[in-house]
Amino acid sequence: MSLWELGKLALTTFRTNRLRSFLTTLGIIIGVMTVIAIVSLIQGMNYEVERQISSLGSNVIYLQKINWGMGRIDWDEINRRPDLTLDDASAIARLPIVERVAALRNRTVNRLNYRNRKVTGIEMAGITPAYAATANYTIETGRFINSDDSMRKRPVCVIGGYIVDNLFPEEDPLGKRLNIEGKTFTIIGTLVRKGSFLGQTQDNVLFIPLSTFEKSFKPQGGFGAIAHSLAIVIEPKKGVPIEQAIDRIRELMRRRHSLGYDKPDDFGINTQETLREIYKNITRVAFIVMIAVAAISLLVGGIGIMNIMLVAVAERTREIGLRKALGATTRDILYQFLLESVFLALAGGAVGILLGIGIAKIVELTAHLRAAAPLWTILLGFGFAALVGIFFGIYPASRAARLDPIQALRYE
Amino acid sequence: MLLKTEQVTKIYYLGKTAVRALDGISLSIEKGEYVALMGPSGSGKSTLMHILGCLDTPTTGKYLFNGADTSQLSDTELARLRNKEFGFVFQNFNLLPRLSALANVELPLLYAGVGRKERLRRATELLTMVGLGDRLHHRSNELSGGEMQRVAIARALANQPAVILADEPTGNLDSRTGSEIMRLFDTLAQEGNTIVLVTHDKTIAEHARRTIKLKDGKVVEE
Repeated sequence: MSLWELGKLALTTFRTNRLRSFLTTLGIIIGVMTVIAIVSLIQGMNYEVERQISSLGSNVIYLQKINWGMGRIDWDEINRRPDLTLDDASAIARLPIVERVAALRNRTVNRLNYRNRKVTGIEMAGITPAYAATANYTIETGRFINSDDSMRKRPVCVIGGYIVDNLFPEEDPLGKRLNIEGKTFTIIGTLVRKGSFLGQTQDNVLFIPLSTFEKSFKPQGGFGAIAHSLAIVIEPKKGVPIEQAIDRIRELMRRRHSLGYDKPDDFGINTQETLREIYKNITRVAFIVMIAVAAISLLVGGIGIMNIMLVAVAERTREIGLRKALGATTRDILYQFLLESVFLALAGGAVGILLGIGIAKIVELTAHLRAAAPLWTILLGFGFAALVGIFFGIYPASRAARLDPIQALRYE
Repeated sequence: MLLKTEQVTKIYYLGKTAVRALDGISLSIEKGEYVALMGPSGSGKSTLMHILGCLDTPTTGKYLFNGADTSQLSDTELARLRNKEFGFVFQNFNLLPRLSALANVELPLLYAGVGRKERLRRATELLTMVGLGDRLHHRSNELSGGEMQRVAIARALANQPAVILADEPTGNLDSRTGSEIMRLFDTLAQEGNTIVLVTHDKTIAEHARRTIKLKDGKVVEE
């Protein structure tokens, strides 16, 4: 009997038990769905994150008290580190490899008011004028903070588009007076928007001169204290390799902190690459979780298929005996049942692929992420399903094929 | 000689007790014969039929089909023999209930590798011949007992087998339907088919031209 005819035979028997077939393949559905959804989302994330990281400026070095990264952080050790100072920034600025240096302190603003309007969730930074260039900020209206503002510790600020939208929907914000946690600042400029990242706006920023910041705001406690500590942003000269710039800065800072050769750095040097590493670690975790969920689901699904096929073989013992009496070979019976379990698994795989793409689409719409299921994941989904069908179908099918025709025919 | 057994025995084990179902059966059946294997239940007549149809193998002794020793054949060759050379008719019909009459008759043709069009043509022809030309697309569980047995006979004839083996073909039918089925067998015999009929019923056995009586696994009367 040809494989084509055997396939059609397997399909007709499988159609008669729809609900049972669906429940049986649930494990495979979930497994394939997980793979498709997570791969699609990670693809979308990769695209977004790469766009973000690139927008930081390709070779900017962040010198901070803390190292970016994952895993356990020893807060006591971080707290014992000396604060970075403006003198450090000046010393770095004198290095021949350096083009430009900016310094800043960060703070989350709890209350930001304009007359009776208010907005929350604002990231404020006290900055030196060079920050606009090093961090890729462009002025839309008005002007940026200049050295005169810094010197005179003027109460002036530059605001992002999110603040404009919330506090000045119909007015020109330039020259208006903002209330930042009880202190009054005059708006001198607005920033070109950077858009949102993973559904989160990036235009909720507010810049004031660093000198004004230090005069007006007391350090926050806890994690805020570290965010509040001085960060130095360094842009090396064009043509200087970033590794070389990092080495120079590290040497200089170790000397300034009088660190012995056996002591570790007491400062963090962070770059775009650090971010890429962190991101890779996150996606690696996601991939491991995906593989684990998919493997367990496929295993459960496979056992489900094996179970249902053993039931089918028992239920259809007489049918098998009859088919053998009518001339079915061992191979005919083996293939009939094997194809049945493969079709079952493939059907589960198809449903899983559709659901996975569906989940990716929903996330795409809600989180503004480009989630695309590449063709290879769909083929992978079908491939896994088929393998599960074969692997877990071979035992029931061979049991069916080995049945003795007479005993099978007599079976009640 | 079409079918020939030489000192065939068959021993079953029910738990630890050995049951001697066949005890040295030697017989020959020629092409075109209409034979009844008769005997009370437990006489071994069904077991003998299964061995003749290559559904079962003897414990000792030889079974020759067309002069060839069947014990030398592989599983696939035995399946081919069952497919091409034997047509089985069972007491309980043994149709696949979800399939149509047509699909049931097509089954042996399917396993013989016959193409779709030819299968359809042949199955339609056979069902018309047994008087079911108007029941082709009925599922077999929608048919009466007599109709089901007619489908089974059509199925047995599908590959133009050398021998038709019928095991109590009227056992589950009322006497009127039973005699209709027997008339069908008589017609097939007149057309030159070789038929082996297994029955415990004397009136059924009388349809055959030769009767072999079995008792306790032995031939007691020819």
